[in-house]
Amino acid sequence: MKEAIIKVFKKIGLGFMEPLIRLLTNEEPKKNFKEVLKRIVAPIASIFIFIGLWQMGSNSLYEKEAAYKIETTKINQGEEAAQKLKVCMESGEPKCQPNTLPSPSQVFGAYKKLLADHKRIAADKKAFKEKTATLNESREAQGLKPIVYTGRPSFVDQILTSLKTVFAGFLLAMFIAVPIGIILGLNPTLRSSINWIIQIFKPVSPVVWLLLVFMIVKTMNKNSDSDSSFLISFISVGLCAMWATLVNTIMGVSTVDKDYINVAKVLKLGPVQKIFKVILPASLPLIFTGLRITLSVAWMVLIAIELLAQSPGLGSFVWEEFQNGAMDSNSKILVAMFVIGLIGFALDRIMLFIQKMISFDKGAM
Amino acid sequence: MQTIIQETIQPAPSSQIMLDLVNLKKVYPTPNGEYVVLENLNLQIKKEEFITIIGHSGCGKTTMLSMMAGLNEISGGHISVLGKGITGPGPDRGVIFQQPSLMPWLTTIDNVMLGVKKVYPQATKKQREDICKYYLYKVGMESAFYKRASELSQGEQQRVGIARAFAIKPKVLLLDEPFGMLDSLTRGQLQDVLIDIWNKEKITAVMITHDVDEAIFLADRVVMMTSGPKAKIGDVLAIDFERPRTRKAILESENYYIYRKHLIDFLEH
Repeated sequence: MKEAIIKVFKKIGLGFMEPLIRLLTNEEPKKNFKEVLKRIVAPIASIFIFIGLWQMGSNSLYEKEAAYKIETTKINQGEEAAQKLKVCMESGEPKCQPNTLPSPSQVFGAYKKLLADHKRIAADKKAFKEKTATLNESREAQGLKPIVYTGRPSFVDQILTSLKTVFAGFLLAMFIAVPIGIILGLNPTLRSSINWIIQIFKPVSPVVWLLLVFMIVKTMNKNSDSDSSFLISFISVGLCAMWATLVNTIMGVSTVDKDYINVAKVLKLGPVQKIFKVILPASLPLIFTGLRITLSVAWMVLIAIELLAQSPGLGSFVWEEFQNGAMDSNSKILVAMFVIGLIGFALDRIMLFIQKMISFDKGAM
Repeated sequence: MQTIIQETIQPAPSSQIMLDLVNLKKVYPTPNGEYVVLENLNLQIKKEEFITIIGHSGCGKTTMLSMMAGLNEISGGHISVLGKGITGPGPDRGVIFQQPSLMPWLTTIDNVMLGVKKVYPQATKKQREDICKYYLYKVGMESAFYKRASELSQGEQQRVGIARAFAIKPKVLLLDEPFGMLDSLTRGQLQDVLIDIWNKEKITAVMITHDVDEAIFLADRVVMMTSGPKAKIGDVLAIDFERPRTRKAILESENYYIYRKHLIDFLEH
């Protein structure tokens, strides 16, 4: 039972919980207590230190910004206005807060606010759906388009949109890069003749990809009335992110251990068997490394691309909040930052889990 | 016209010759000109004969064997199997490498199956599986059909390597120091496994080894190669022990020490 739980924890990347479980079941308490200190207590302590430093930093920034704001008000509008502003600031009224780095508690507050906002919008959406259900049915019968909810998306909706975009972009990257990588890896002539494309396009910035995709999709999509912003953003994400997989696949396929190739030669394996039984499994660790980099790059550039493409998602959320410019918005931006980071981390863990499941290389990290 | 240097030993009738190496030459290009590894190498191997090749490290034994396997290009001369010149690797020649080189992502039986599929195209899946199981049983791996190759020990992996080579029913088996990295106990076991299955299958075997005792115990003839560059056959020693052999009987025979001295004398010069 205990060993099974530990195994599951290890599989999902929570191996650091092992000593705690062993300690709780009173197994070698001395050794496991030390392990718990090292692997659980110390990391948690570092989180508290991080939050403490952040609190101190944001406090001093707040004071500096507040003093400056009061000073300018005093000069421009006189003593009385400055006094008023000071009182307003101390009362915690959002509209007169100085605009600077928010403190951890403010960010946590913003997080709770965003959740509440999401619940409200979700309820709103549900009510709208119920209200229009019968109407939509009759519209559908007449061959008309159903009426859809057009209200503001909540933070959680934005996250889901972003995840959808990144997933679509990742799949696109995978379906382009892995087959091409295999073909190029197997064929040195083709590889050296196409290498320049890879070398030139690999370092191109996400913004330029976006513009390029925009040029093409805009014209191709002229006659359809569907929203092309999703199309543009996921294609751009895919094109930006696919290079790591492409290069890694080429590398993996072209550097398969010579012993395996010799075995395939001696056994006179046909091309299909050679690729699927020998070359692909042998290069799987490198292909997966590429896919993991691709996924994290996709998630990273997604924010910038959404921000520029005006497509819904976390990127436009961050941009809108930044345009908003209030202290409250700053906290929301930081919430978005943590969410982005955590999701990126989770995505990488999921990939690692899949890799460990299907690859022979059990030592992947 | 260049005259071909005749071997001093009596040539066997051509129908009896399985593997014929004629004036074999191997040249590697280097920045400082050509490096001749093998030159004027002549060797005839009879059907169902077990040949071991010994020589100093780097003398070109492995090069010669991989040329026979068709994995290495021939720079001059030719190699023929049953009178037909070889052009590349083929299922008539099985190879057991120094590293077991099993695919770690496949199970034991799938590793053996790799070549079997090619050699028995019209057999049913069940028949092919039976062939694999038969050979795995022969090498003592019957308890590990569905284990992944990466879970096996070195010795076990090499057992599977032997099964894989025999399962494609080769005419010639080429072995490149197959037991080089094993401890001496495991090596002894695997020698027995090899000789057992070789006896049953009646095929020709060429094996490179560093171990003089191994060379004597397994071989009908021990081929000694001179040191490179331009290595060739230095001497051939026929081993006249009855088969099946046992280690005990061989160690008690006087001839064993004569053979051993002969080989060591050659290697130390």
